[in-house]
Amino acid sequence: MTERRAALLLAVLSAVALPLLCAAQLRTDAQVFEDLPAAARELPAARSGYHYQSEEIQALQDDDFANPAMLWVDRGRVLWRQVAGSEPSCEQCHGEAQSLRGAAVRYPQYDAGVGRLLNLEGRINQCRTERQGLEALAYESDALLSLTALVSHQSRGLPIDVSIDGAAQAYFEEGRRYFYTRRGQMNLACYHCHQLNAGRYLRGDRLSQGQATGYPIYRLDWQTLGSLHRRLRFCNTGVRAEPFAFGDPAYVSLELFLAWRARGLPWEAPAVRR
Amino acid sequence: MLNARISVPAVARRGEILTIKTLVSHPMETGFRRDAMNQRIPRNILTEFVCRLDDELVFRVDLHPAISANPYLAFHLRATRSGTLWFLWRDQNGEVTTERRELQVND
Amino acid sequence: MMRGSGGPTKPSRRLWLRRAAGLSLLTLLPRELMATPQEMREAMTAVFGDRPITPGRVQIGLPALAENGNSVRLSVSVDSPMTTEEYVDFIQLFSPENPRPDVARFELSPASGLAQVETRIRISAEQDIVAVAGLSDGSLWSGSAHIVVTEAACIDALI
Repeated sequence: MTERRAALLLAVLSAVALPLLCAAQLRTDAQVFEDLPAAARELPAARSGYHYQSEEIQALQDDDFANPAMLWVDRGRVLWRQVAGSEPSCEQCHGEAQSLRGAAVRYPQYDAGVGRLLNLEGRINQCRTERQGLEALAYESDALLSLTALVSHQSRGLPIDVSIDGAAQAYFEEGRRYFYTRRGQMNLACYHCHQLNAGRYLRGDRLSQGQATGYPIYRLDWQTLGSLHRRLRFCNTGVRAEPFAFGDPAYVSLELFLAWRARGLPWEAPAVRR
Repeated sequence: MLNARISVPAVARRGEILTIKTLVSHPMETGFRRDAMNQRIPRNILTEFVCRLDDELVFRVDLHPAISANPYLAFHLRATRSGTLWFLWRDQNGEVTTERRELQVND
Repeated sequence: MMRGSGGPTKPSRRLWLRRAAGLSLLTLLPRELMATPQEMREAMTAVFGDRPITPGRVQIGLPALAENGNSVRLSVSVDSPMTTEEYVDFIQLFSPENPRPDVARFELSPASGLAQVETRIRISAEQDIVAVAGLSDGSLWSGSAHIVVTEAACIDALI
């Protein structure tokens, strides 16, 4: 056998064997949060994903002119003032978008009227259908991203501060369970990458703590602005799990757990990530 | 409809060298990518950017697919006279987006 | 199914397999999408004919390493007084390892005052980005910068 062929064989063998070995190793871990040993439940000191980016990307986020996400904030401001039919525009009820400073850092939030947990996108759509007589906007549509970016941007610098009391508690627990539950062909939970291995490298990527501190975000990978749910779907497909639909209640509950986990971190929207 | 961000001082001293920055919303789809069904995504790019001071050409760019989505361009202008700065982006189909900014130059 | 379609979509398993097949094809055949040296030569000849190009007077600002090749900050500056007598007419930018070698052509004038431009470009592989400046006296000058692009572990398929 030539040296080249031997090397190829070795590569193929390790490609097949390594994931199996890893899976076997990881399968011995606990399945859900409640079963984890106390040490594994400890959350590390929260650190924004900003710190896991290169200086180049940090500079792009820091530059309010060059940050491409600001294009969506500008478009959101146009939509904010737009009047459709006889119903009020966002501006006619809320005044300047700045009046919603502090809103984004308190979402997701339980809404007693609707009877469920709403994230920022859900709140904007609820406002449209209930108060403006408009159709709900599709997730990842330019209009919903733009309005979300505008509202979210107003809270920049404020500490994340969601409530997990009362009716929100059940959603919080569901979100926490999601975070610690293995899924997909790789059989990995959120916490395997973003808690146990945060700061380590996965090929050229440095794993962050998965702190959602500035959504919607401009990802260079996407070359556009995207919601947290797009990022969660991306995470799901990354571990070869079937992603949930945009706006799925499972994601909204996870969003609440993530926000609680990132509590106190300053809001960065619109953030830039690799 | 594209939206653009332009950074240029409104007032300048004569002889001062100004930095002009522009950012415009455009996917700059290269034509080399394929979608989930393995179909080639058609090329859709901006091909030209022009900046004029009244009718004097200040800066012009030919853009190719290697320019990033939401193109960012920064360049300079020596402030010699007041006038209207015109900004134009043209896409591959000839559609144009224009913006203008007034520039006042003082001694 | 393109980006921005919105709405709840659940890709089927079959779709996933197709995507996975597409990805592995990409890693096997990366060179298919790269400009060949001949294309690079042709691109440069198309602009400059056989006029001599002298290395010097052109500086490219580019990070040595990019975490993502979709958007990399690049600046080019040319040593020139930028007067009506002596100025930079144009700067032509080439990327030999991208699918096409042409990146951009910047046309300047004495009104520019400073021969310096900045933009953000796509880099599909480790390479030397080349800039050629054409001066008002007809001379051509060039500069280059090396860049490495790291590989991401998780690659998002188009939604």
